[in-house]
Amino acid sequence: MSIFHFFRKKPSANIARERLQILLAHERSVFGKSDLVARLQEEILAVIRRHMEVDPDKVQVKLDRGDHVSTLEIDIEVPLAAAQKVA
Amino acid sequence: MAKVVVVTSGKGGVGKTTSTAAIGAALAQSGDKVVVVDFDVGLRNLDLVMGAERRVVFDLINVIQGDAKLHQALIRDKRLENLSILPASQTRDKDALTSEGVANVIAELKEKFDWVLCDSPAGIERGPALAMHHADIAIVVTNPEVSSVRDSDRIIGLLDSKTARAMRGERVEKHLLLTRYDPARAARGDMLKVEDVLEILSIPLLGIIPESQEVLRASNIGVPVTLNAPETSPARAYQDAVRRLRGESVDIVVPQERRSFVDRLFGRRVA
Repeated sequence: MSIFHFFRKKPSANIARERLQILLAHERSVFGKSDLVARLQEEILAVIRRHMEVDPDKVQVKLDRGDHVSTLEIDIEVPLAAAQKVA
Repeated sequence: MAKVVVVTSGKGGVGKTTSTAAIGAALAQSGDKVVVVDFDVGLRNLDLVMGAERRVVFDLINVIQGDAKLHQALIRDKRLENLSILPASQTRDKDALTSEGVANVIAELKEKFDWVLCDSPAGIERGPALAMHHADIAIVVTNPEVSSVRDSDRIIGLLDSKTARAMRGERVEKHLLLTRYDPARAARGDMLKVEDVLEILSIPLLGIIPESQEVLRASNIGVPVTLNAPETSPARAYQDAVRRLRGESVDIVVPQERRSFVDRLFGRRVA
C-alpha cells in the first residue's frame, strides 16, 4: 500500500464480483433449465407439431418448485394461420 | 485410453489457441503422443501460433469430406516428433463440419494418439458445440474480467448439457485456466481475484497464467511458449497445469507482483 493510496479511486474488483454474482444467478435460471424441463419442452413441441406448425421459440415451459405447491407453466403461441386451419 | 480435451471459453481473444499450443507442446514433452486440432474453420490460427502455417496441405474439412486421408492432413511438429497438428480449413465455413464427420475423425485420432486437444472457436454456436461434443475433459480458458467470466459460465452450462458425455448421463471433467493474470492490477484491487472467479464459476483450477510479454513473443515467432522460453513464468505455469492435467498434485502458486521498497512506497509498478 503506498502513501498515495488514499488519493486513488476505489478498487473496482469488488463491484465486478457483485455484478457478476447477480447477473449469473439470473442467467443460470434462464439457460440452465433442468433436463426434465428441456425434455418436456421438446416432447410437447413434437406433439403439437403433429397437428400444426409452431415456432420452437414460441413454446415456453416453466417449472416452479415451491414448498407446498409446484407449478408447471406451459405457454404456446399458436400462429394465426395454424389456428384457423385447426378450427 | 486416449483422452479428448476441448480448450474452450465462449469469449474470443482470451488465449484458447495460445494455451492449446503451449499445453499441447508441454504434454508432448512428457513423452505422450499428442495431436492439436483446430476447430476454428474459416479463421484458422493454431497452425500460425505453432509455426506450421507453410506446411498446411490438407485440413480437417478435406478429411471430413473424404478428399484426403487423416495421415495426409496431419502435420508433424518439427521440434517434437510426438506432436502433430490437424489444421482447420481457411477457405470453407463452419457448415462444412458435420457431426458424423467430426465423430469419425475424433475416433480415428483416438487410435493414434494419447491426447486429442481440440482448440474451440469462440461463441456458442455450431463450431464450438462440435469442438466440445466428444470431450472427456474441458479446459475453460478465462480472463479475470467480467465479460470473460460471464461467457465461461455459459460454456460450462453447455458442457453440462450438450456434450456426448452429458447426454449419456456422464460428466465432462472441467478445469479452469485463468489466463492474462496481472499481479499488479490484482494488488490494486482492480482485477477480479482468483478466489472470486473460482467462487463464481465453481470448477477446479488447472492453473494461473500470468500476463507476460513472453506469450506474445512466442506467438510472434511461431513456437509454443513452453518450448520457446521454458524457464519463464508463463511457461512454468503451463507446465504445472499440464502436470495437474496428467493427474499429479501440484500446489497452485498465485503470481505475485515483485516490487522494491521504493516502488511500494510510491505505488509504482514494475515494467
